[in-house]
Amino acid sequence: MSAKPGMARREFLRVTAVAGGGLLLGSSLRRGGVTRALAAESAAEFMPNAFIRIMPDGMVTIIAKNPEIGQGMKTTLPMIIADELDVDWASVRVEQAPLDATRFSNQWAGGSAATPINWLPMRRVGAAGRAMFLAAAADTWGVPVAECTTAGGIVSHAGSGKSLPYGDLLSKAATMPVPDLEKVALKDPKDFRIIGRPARGVDTHRIVTGTPLYGIDVTVPGMLYAVFDKAPVFAATVQSVNLEAVKALPGVKQAFIIEGGTVFNGLVSGVAILADTWWAARKAREQLQVVWHSSPTEEQSSAGFARRAAELSKQAPQRSLRNDGNVTAGLAGAARVVTAEYSYPFIAHAPLEPQNCTARVSGGKVEIWAPTQTPDDGQGLVSKALDVPLADITVHITRSGGGFGRRLNNDYMVEAAAIARKAEVPVKLLWTREDDMRHDFYRPAGFHHFTGGVDAAGKVVAWRNHFVSFGNGERFAPSAGLGATEFPQRFVPNYALDASMMPLGVPTGPLRAPTSNGVAFAVQSFIDELAQAAGKDPLQFRLDLLAAGTPGEGLNAARMRGVLELVAEKSGWAARRPPRGTGMGIAFHYSHRGHFAEVVQATVTRQGAVKVDKVWVAGDIGSEIINPLNAENQVQGAVLDGIAEALGQEITIEKGRTVESNFHQFPLLRLVQAPPVEVHFRKTDFPPTGLGEPALPPVIPALCAAIFAATGKRIRSLPIKKHDLTWS
Amino acid sequence: MSITFKVNGKSTAVDVPPDMPLLWVLRDVLDLKGTKYGCGMAQCGACTVHLKGVATRSCMLPVSAVAGASITTIEGLSPDGSHPLQRAWEDLDVPQCGYCQAGQLMSAAALLAKTPKPTDADIDAAMNGNLCRCATYLRIRQAIHQAAGSPGAAAGASGSGDGRTP
Repeated sequence: MSAKPGMARREFLRVTAVAGGGLLLGSSLRRGGVTRALAAESAAEFMPNAFIRIMPDGMVTIIAKNPEIGQGMKTTLPMIIADELDVDWASVRVEQAPLDATRFSNQWAGGSAATPINWLPMRRVGAAGRAMFLAAAADTWGVPVAECTTAGGIVSHAGSGKSLPYGDLLSKAATMPVPDLEKVALKDPKDFRIIGRPARGVDTHRIVTGTPLYGIDVTVPGMLYAVFDKAPVFAATVQSVNLEAVKALPGVKQAFIIEGGTVFNGLVSGVAILADTWWAARKAREQLQVVWHSSPTEEQSSAGFARRAAELSKQAPQRSLRNDGNVTAGLAGAARVVTAEYSYPFIAHAPLEPQNCTARVSGGKVEIWAPTQTPDDGQGLVSKALDVPLADITVHITRSGGGFGRRLNNDYMVEAAAIARKAEVPVKLLWTREDDMRHDFYRPAGFHHFTGGVDAAGKVVAWRNHFVSFGNGERFAPSAGLGATEFPQRFVPNYALDASMMPLGVPTGPLRAPTSNGVAFAVQSFIDELAQAAGKDPLQFRLDLLAAGTPGEGLNAARMRGVLELVAEKSGWAARRPPRGTGMGIAFHYSHRGHFAEVVQATVTRQGAVKVDKVWVAGDIGSEIINPLNAENQVQGAVLDGIAEALGQEITIEKGRTVESNFHQFPLLRLVQAPPVEVHFRKTDFPPTGLGEPALPPVIPALCAAIFAATGKRIRSLPIKKHDLTWS
Repeated sequence: MSITFKVNGKSTAVDVPPDMPLLWVLRDVLDLKGTKYGCGMAQCGACTVHLKGVATRSCMLPVSAVAGASITTIEGLSPDGSHPLQRAWEDLDVPQCGYCQAGQLMSAAALLAKTPKPTDADIDAAMNGNLCRCATYLRIRQAIHQAAGSPGAAAGASGSGDGRTP
């Protein structure tokens, strides 16, 4: 991703008068800590990360710098600025910024990171703007600033009864001293008027009226429509193709080979067909006959990985990631020892808008319109593949029809640019759903081999996990690794995390709550097995385990106990007496700075059909729920997403290629399957953090635990649909 | 070959191959971008339009099959976004990424036209062909009830459901 660590930065405020009498405010990040007078700064030396434009009529325009992928940041970040600026939300308009490294930083969407990264900077820029209007009004009236107040974009002086709207103070405000952003007074949170109150998405009206917003909706004059046919075996290259026959088909204007490399997130080999409509290109592709060079990846398969993982689990681990205490001695002294193997498959992102990109290459300049989570990474890829300087590549950020991590990789962007350059006309590349499902960066499969011990009092005394995953022996494949401090490290005195790796020719990458979406299932499910061995209630066992920890980074035991207790109370955990065939399960997981505990109630028919009855969620993401309307939606969506993954999703690799092609083989949740999801937040005195991801992981083990409670059958591998859950 | 049909009340003639799906005629020939491509095999419902008032997947429907027929797309659901469903969708802030919502709205509008006060079972049946990858289903159900003015609207299907945190 695009975070640029290690660069000392300090924030500054930049104020500029704009045409029409308006005022532009931008907080700026200057690299290196060199201090100079603001007036001497040229724009090129600034990296502003927020802009506010205020016009004489009082309308406030706030620039949304980050991509909007459905996570709601196009609304949330401007809300933070507007509250500290102390204007009415109704007077705010939001504009999407293009990628511009000279004006903005951290223009990416991922890792539930936008809120924690931007919370203070957005507050400060809004507060500094407010301070300048206060100063301007006080100066105008000749009264002390301390006697002036603001509300709804108006400065008032109670003593004299005077008031002036910001719009009337613009020229005066521009002459006021610029506040130091790091010292500017912020609102007392009890005075927030926008933060913490429900706000609808700034694009909601446009969405419900079908207004063009997405990458797929972009039209550029003179463009052709393209499809791009890549090898079913990942990164195999073109040997021969019937280009002449394809070029003769109706509507087809061009067809050619694109040479490519073997880096998945880059340009790989394929055949482009360009036509006057996308349908004509897509139809011509049916007549395309490509012979692909053979590739060693053809030897790889999901079944083969599972066999090899089982072999590796019986051998000495290739690497030790963590070794606390003495696990062997701990197990030897344990009253009960439990072993279990857990696994989960590859799965796809399948955002509903298939990958697409529109590109124009002319006169040495490249212009891109793309739904992407990382426009700057995409710009870099295009620069490398086309050998064009970054400064000559413009990237327009469109709304994305879902991200889920898929659009952190920009393979489709570099394809569109390469095709447009070769075609010498603007090109709109659109993948089919089948392309999207078969050329994803999958959530990697994973294989966990646990041994755990509890003492006579039911306390966990030893824990070992031999994790078999993918990688080259030194480095894990993308999103296929585990951290050395993976829970329950710090909470068990004798803890070992070992790893072995298998080589992989299949692209992998982050999927919503990467790593966590798999490991939470394995770890929390195994905790239930230990609780059973200890003869303890799954909730109490977890509370006891959390109480046994030592302080450290990441998971905060008090916060996690807080959400566990809250979800237990809301779900009526202690009093649960479900009928046979119905069960409740509980689980928690810390990820992306969020603490979440969830309870699932599920019913399994005697014939083995699973129905999720209800989910209760308790989350702790800090002191503020910035937009409760969006927050509830995000949590419900994440929970239902997790249920879909658990119930039925699997990508199968056979002979180095993906078997599944479309939604009939890769089921998303449908409306009829969606249970009520009751969302509760526990506010704590920590800075607010993000919500795109952390609500997802716990629902999977909680659902599996509910199925166990209903049927007595442990789910140790996903998806659930592969298990016989009949009971009598 | 010229094919004539009505789109959003306007008579339209297109000169395209007869097997071209209506979806691509709408999007790429008539520049009506509200109807979306998601799967190309009538699995996801993002391409839902009304054909003679019936919710229909346009991604597999050859344009020749709609000759002489009347089509309504999301752009024609109301002149200004004031259809009760659009208002309810906005009020409850249903969308996340929003990509599927035009299709959801068209399926819901066809349901309400036939069944003004749908039960949950009616909604299940009418909406089951529309996928939402962000899984905004709880609000979709709630918004349909709200637009219909039916009792389900108040409680909603989403538990805490009013969009506020307790």
